[in-house]
Amino acid sequence: MQYASVNHDFSGRRVLAIVLRHLYLLRGSWIRIAEMAYWPTINVIMWGYLSVFLRTNSTWVARAAGVLLGAVLLWDVLFRANLGMSLSFLEEMWSRNLANLFVTPLRPIELMAGLTVMSLIRTIIGVLPAMLLAIVLYQFNIFELGLPLIAFFINLLVTGWAVGLGVSALVLRFGMGAESLAWVLIFALAPISGIYYPIAVMPEWLQVVAWLLPPAHVFEGMRAVMFDHVFPLGHFAAAVGLNLLYFSAAAVLFHRVFYIARQRGLLMNLGE
Amino acid sequence: MLAIMHSNLVPVQGLPSPVIKVTALTKTFGDVRAVDAIDFTIQAGTTVALLGGNGAGKSTTISMLLGLLLPSSGSVNVLGHDMIRHRHRALPRMNFSSPYVDLPHRLTVRENLSVYAHLYGLRDVAGRIEAVTTEMDIGDLMHRHTGKLSAGQKTRVALAKALLNEPDLLLLDEPTASLDPDTGDWVRSALANFRRRTGATILLASHNMAEVERLCDFVMIMRAGRIHDQGSPAELVGRYGRATLEEVFLDIARARSSPSKS
Repeated sequence: MQYASVNHDFSGRRVLAIVLRHLYLLRGSWIRIAEMAYWPTINVIMWGYLSVFLRTNSTWVARAAGVLLGAVLLWDVLFRANLGMSLSFLEEMWSRNLANLFVTPLRPIELMAGLTVMSLIRTIIGVLPAMLLAIVLYQFNIFELGLPLIAFFINLLVTGWAVGLGVSALVLRFGMGAESLAWVLIFALAPISGIYYPIAVMPEWLQVVAWLLPPAHVFEGMRAVMFDHVFPLGHFAAAVGLNLLYFSAAAVLFHRVFYIARQRGLLMNLGE
Repeated sequence: MLAIMHSNLVPVQGLPSPVIKVTALTKTFGDVRAVDAIDFTIQAGTTVALLGGNGAGKSTTISMLLGLLLPSSGSVNVLGHDMIRHRHRALPRMNFSSPYVDLPHRLTVRENLSVYAHLYGLRDVAGRIEAVTTEMDIGDLMHRHTGKLSAGQKTRVALAKALLNEPDLLLLDEPTASLDPDTGDWVRSALANFRRRTGATILLASHNMAEVERLCDFVMIMRAGRIHDQGSPAELVGRYGRATLEEVFLDIARARSSPSKS
């Protein structure tokens, strides 16, 4: 038998196989693709009209008319990145495919890499139509943020991946009873991430917690760009550092849970 | 320790012998001792059955051979590699099929085979898919969703997946469970042809004694986590003074009698 790659510690081919598996799934269902873009689009329409209304009733919003739309679009990046990671993992659980996957040479880190690529694809499919719609309906072009947008986008993606990977680890450990975490856990970050309001409005003790979260630095940074036209390097560096920490912790957690799954026989009997 | 003898098949060149070596293998789940200090070796080119009633420890043993489950103690060596620490070295040359482990239902058969061909790092993906499609006679199923197939069709597709990398060691969990007699017979013939063509080693868990008598050179019968008895099908039938392997199995499962001679 001719193998393209055998015994390599990390194989891009196997990562590609995981991506292919999920792209085939998406290709086979336009409903899945439409669902990805559905909520970001609804959010943009709602928050867009709210912004139009507040522009004439709030001096804060009037100073930067797109601040709420920018926030909702970036929040969707975080939410979709988390969902893109955890839903792709849940697909393997729902289809009872994990045992088949892990009797191949696939390594957990390759599965994680494949899920990460899929999360990026799902996030772009989800938020890009909403971003374009915001230009058409409200003349708010988030791409005008330029390079800072890329910095915000990547940071929120990585936070979403860290949460998604953590959720996947919990679902692997505790079974399908924990699957709802894919949708609800990320919302625990929403009130203290300063998505729609500055961190300064929170009580001081809560501000301490908020500054431990990368999204708080991203959304604060977004407002600095939009209101003051400066890129806050301090917030950017903090977000990058915290993301490295949380993503590494999530990867270690997933590896640890995978080991526990091999100890307890969880890989053999998973599914609905 | 049991050393299963070569069959009259030509083993694959360059394969370590034994292909499987299990020593004092034990798995406990809480207070339950699912596998209890078993030892066995399987030589290249043989087809071996792992028999036993429900809960005897067959699936747990196969899971440990695949590296999906870590033993509580003991060692598992497959194709010359320690499956606890270096399972990735053996897995490219192994494969597995079970009716209880599904392929993704919403992918077509071709898509599933393509994904697994990439996972096994095969060079000629299209060529191998074509080969297993012919071998398992699933050409007319390639564009159908895997979840829409009948039990027999799913089994053939799962076996096609299991043969993609032309494994040196094939592990099968009840390969003909819930199949009608005609489809079951077809699957058994396909497995026999695969073995004849490649000289691969096959370990299968089955409840179908006729299947075991037809395919297997050697049988290990498990009860309560231990290998209770072993031998060729003919040896076991003779030793227990029974007419069929099924009667031997029932004797052991119900702890009804001892071998007439050991």
